Amino acid sequence: MSMLRKSSTLRFLAQAILLLFWSAVAVWASEPKGSPSHGTNIFAPASTPAKSIADLSVFVLVITGIIFVVVFALLLYSVVKFRGRAMDAGHEPAQVYGSTQIELAWTIIPILIVVVLFLATARVIHSIQDAPEPAGAVQVTAIGHQYWWEFRYPKLGIVTANELHIPVGDPSHPTPTFLQLLSADTDHSFWVPELGGKTDLIPNHPNRMWMDPQRTGVFLGQCAQYCGTQHAKMLLRVSVDGPEEFASWVRAQQRPAVEDTGAIAGRRVFESNACMNCHAVAGSAADGRFGPDLTHLMSRATIGAGAAKNTHNNLRLWIQDPSAIKPGSLMPAMKLSDADLDAVVSYMETLR
Amino acid sequence: MSAVTASFPNTAAGWQLPSRGKVAMAGLIIAESAIFTIFVVAYLFYLGKSLTGPTPREVLETPIFYTICLLSSSVTIHFAAKCLARGIGFAFLGFWLLTIALGGLFLYGTAEEWHRLIYEHGLTISTNLFGTTYYSLVGLHGFHVTAGLVMLLTVAVFGLCGRVGVKQSGHIEVLSMYWHFVDAVWVVVFTVVYVLGR
Amino acid sequence: MSSNAITIPGTQIQTRPWVDELHQWLTTVDHKRLGILYILSALLFLVIGGVEALVMRIQLMRAHNNFVSPEVFNRMFTMHGTTMIFFVAMPVLFGFANYLVPLMIGARDMAFPRLNAFSFWLSFLGGLLLYFSFLGGSGLYGAGSAPDVGWWSYAPLGARAFSPGHSSDYWTLALLVSGFGSIGTAINIIATIVSLRCPGMKISRMPLLVWLNLVMAGMVLIAITPLSAAQIMLLIDRYLGGHFFDTQAGGSAVLWMHFFWIFGHPEVYVLIIPCFAFMSEIIPVFSRKPIFGYPVMVGATVCIAFVSMSVWAHHMFTIGMNSYANSFFTLTTMAVGVPTGIKIFNWIGTMWGGKIQFKTPMLFSIGFLFQFLIAGLTGIMMACSPFDWQLSLSYFVVAHFHYVIVGGILFALFAAFYYWYPKMTGRMLSQGLGKWHFWLFLIGFHLTFDVMHIPGVLGMPRRIYTYEPGRGWDTLNLIITIGAFIQAFAILVFVANLVISYFKGARAGNDPWDAWTLEWSISSPPPAYNFATVPTVASRRPLWDLKHPEDPDSRYE
Repeated sequence: MSMLRKSSTLRFLAQAILLLFWSAVAVWASEPKGSPSHGTNIFAPASTPAKSIADLSVFVLVITGIIFVVVFALLLYSVVKFRGRAMDAGHEPAQVYGSTQIELAWTIIPILIVVVLFLATARVIHSIQDAPEPAGAVQVTAIGHQYWWEFRYPKLGIVTANELHIPVGDPSHPTPTFLQLLSADTDHSFWVPELGGKTDLIPNHPNRMWMDPQRTGVFLGQCAQYCGTQHAKMLLRVSVDGPEEFASWVRAQQRPAVEDTGAIAGRRVFESNACMNCHAVAGSAADGRFGPDLTHLMSRATIGAGAAKNTHNNLRLWIQDPSAIKPGSLMPAMKLSDADLDAVVSYMETLR
Repeated sequence: MSAVTASFPNTAAGWQLPSRGKVAMAGLIIAESAIFTIFVVAYLFYLGKSLTGPTPREVLETPIFYTICLLSSSVTIHFAAKCLARGIGFAFLGFWLLTIALGGLFLYGTAEEWHRLIYEHGLTISTNLFGTTYYSLVGLHGFHVTAGLVMLLTVAVFGLCGRVGVKQSGHIEVLSMYWHFVDAVWVVVFTVVYVLGR
Repeated sequence: MSSNAITIPGTQIQTRPWVDELHQWLTTVDHKRLGILYILSALLFLVIGGVEALVMRIQLMRAHNNFVSPEVFNRMFTMHGTTMIFFVAMPVLFGFANYLVPLMIGARDMAFPRLNAFSFWLSFLGGLLLYFSFLGGSGLYGAGSAPDVGWWSYAPLGARAFSPGHSSDYWTLALLVSGFGSIGTAINIIATIVSLRCPGMKISRMPLLVWLNLVMAGMVLIAITPLSAAQIMLLIDRYLGGHFFDTQAGGSAVLWMHFFWIFGHPEVYVLIIPCFAFMSEIIPVFSRKPIFGYPVMVGATVCIAFVSMSVWAHHMFTIGMNSYANSFFTLTTMAVGVPTGIKIFNWIGTMWGGKIQFKTPMLFSIGFLFQFLIAGLTGIMMACSPFDWQLSLSYFVVAHFHYVIVGGILFALFAAFYYWYPKMTGRMLSQGLGKWHFWLFLIGFHLTFDVMHIPGVLGMPRRIYTYEPGRGWDTLNLIITIGAFIQAFAILVFVANLVISYFKGARAGNDPWDAWTLEWSISSPPPAYNFATVPTVASRRPLWDLKHPEDPDSRYE
């Protein structure tokens, strides 16, 4: 019996230590890591909705933390204080059936806690979901595909893919980005943790979300709703630019494709090999919509929705056989000869 | 670790609990109601949302006669059960067979309606949202009517061979609960499809 | 171990050839045997589901790992989830209900023994059907394929267009078939409890296990059936050209979500309520006090059952419902935490002032209390919908629900195993192996599932077969994997205990724990007929009254 008693006190000590240890780990893990692009930590918000969520979350964590400490203390106390001893055998303790006052107390207090939590939450829900769209907002239509993101800026006449550029916020002249979220096939979810909570892209069910970044930099995210084989590699890259960079990016994106006479051979391969059935290159005959727009492919840091860096070798490998980089991608291997492949890659590399 | 001789106090007299057959059928009815509710919700949700094809107003004709048949069959089965409980086997059989006939008529009416919808109006389960939800809901109900008729027929066979008497009245009541449920579902389906939905 | 013989000490037990024994087991309608069959089949699927989990954990232990392909990984998480919910958790709980409910109410068997057998075999067949998909899924190319659409099969992913071949059909049919089995068992449980209680056992005198299984069975009737309806609709879409969830024809993917979660949320309460039942029987016995607040425990459970039918869309906070809908479901979800918390307090109240015996069932029960508390609190975090807009669909949710299912349900199940195994087999499980099992599993569990919350907070979504290095997820995933293997080893210890103790365990006698409900008044294992004479009860703890005639409960109720 005493071994058991010791073992359960030990158990509780172990659990308490575990608790402290993991809290420390959590605090350590939540600190932003030193890296060129930002991380994906929900407690490192860089945008207004993300910040409201983080603040509310801390409030909820504090309340639930207090509840945990109180109840755990009661549990620990009862386990230690009321443990049976060897001499107890045959003597039963007082048989208590219940207590109405105690039941009332531990019903009413939780109800009050729920009311407080709910009211705090409802405010944030409304402030995020019912925020009006100011006149200067940047409008983006995001269309989810298996397994890439299509971004259109309807007012600016821009079509791009996978990497979003949005302007940093300016308190005197707000330019938040409002996204309309659609899907071309199945369900997806847009999640860039440091810029906001996630919202799903569901076919036949348009959604709306907004971001109001307060810092420049590159913010990472990825699709959060399982959408098929390559759900894992449907990454997001949001570049929050200062006003000049954003303006120059917009201008560059608005131009049609660069016409480089040196790439004529590659362009012919592109246009005669069914590439143009899926892909668009503005200003050329190619206007396919099934795959990403390639007009300014070289302005992107990655290919395959973040599956690989946008380098010569990766690009070549991707066109040769997409499933070498992203097995299950819906782009087929075009089985080009080496010469055609090199020509097409050279053409792609002119699309800045 | 005490050993206890299980010598309990004397059996209490008058300990009566509900019949397990009725409780089980009530449980089944609750479960089936949930299934039908989901189909009704889908039907209501998709009203007016079809992108193409015939609309309810264009093609549906209210099946008053067959509805009366089905609802009357609830009355006849009620009398059948009552007669059996009183031991009037002849009347029980009569009402029972009448119930089957009325139920069969209802099914015939459904078949006739579907024939008209498919061949005259080109409405099938794959035509549009209305077609999908209509055939599913009415079909699910019709399936339950059919299952009920099979059970009623089985009892009829035993009844005609003289095997159904007062002792079986409990079972007959359970079966008639099911039949009443099927009719109640039809009241809902009828209201949703032919009254609200047009 | 023939349960057909009356165990008279000193006489020889007649043994049968094993073929006949097997035949008895396959054709049995005895609730005790069916209960054991349910439990054994659940253990089989537990091991299979566990292997699927380990495959995933190996793949995820470092970034860009190549242990399995994305296709295999996606099948693994689909099968793991489907198996664990439908072919482990539900059957094992039905198994315990089957075994214990008639015994606790002084009945001879369940209300409908043949329906009982039919329901079990339907359930088991469903499991076999699901696993046949590995062979039959895509047929044409020889290699089969299991479903890979996630255990929710969200529309339109489950449609023909996105799930060609038959893998989705195996998923749908397996769940439809076993769903009918579940409904059959639920009807049986309700009819048994309502109609077969022994004299004197008014509804207010039933053991809490019986009460809670009644509530659970009632929930099954209205929770499983929406899924059955949705499955039928999906089959109509896939085979008859229907458009229920066909977004191209104006159908709604969100409608599937609503139907699924109207099933899915009450389902988790269907799973936890029988575990509350185990706790409500075990904690009092090992605290040597009656349950604190019996009427409140009943009321809270009924309250949970009702409120839990109104919270389902907290699984859908990210799908773009308007702010009023999100607020409503936030409120109801937080509200359901109140009766749940009350139950935790009542269990602590039961231990308070008692003389706690730290036998193996009690160790697991205390683990349950600690872990269920934490799981409930992370649930409150996600009830707060803006917080959920970050946490949803990430590893935080995965950590939360495994905390409930493994830390809560599985711990309660282990407690139940150690507590009722003596009754079922007549032998005690080894307390030594039990300690090893407990400590190993506790350490592995916390290593895995405490840590797992962190990648979620750091932005790691769920259902991904690999991830980018440099997001801070790598080491955490490695630790999680290590914990998973420790848990696997602990399960092996448990299975070894089950097997070894069956042959070598100490003889249990009728009442090894000095408990108070009717099942402890008969032999271990019970005779086929359960009770030689129908018992009559005058209180909630009939055996306490017999053992303490000077101070019976019947005086106070």
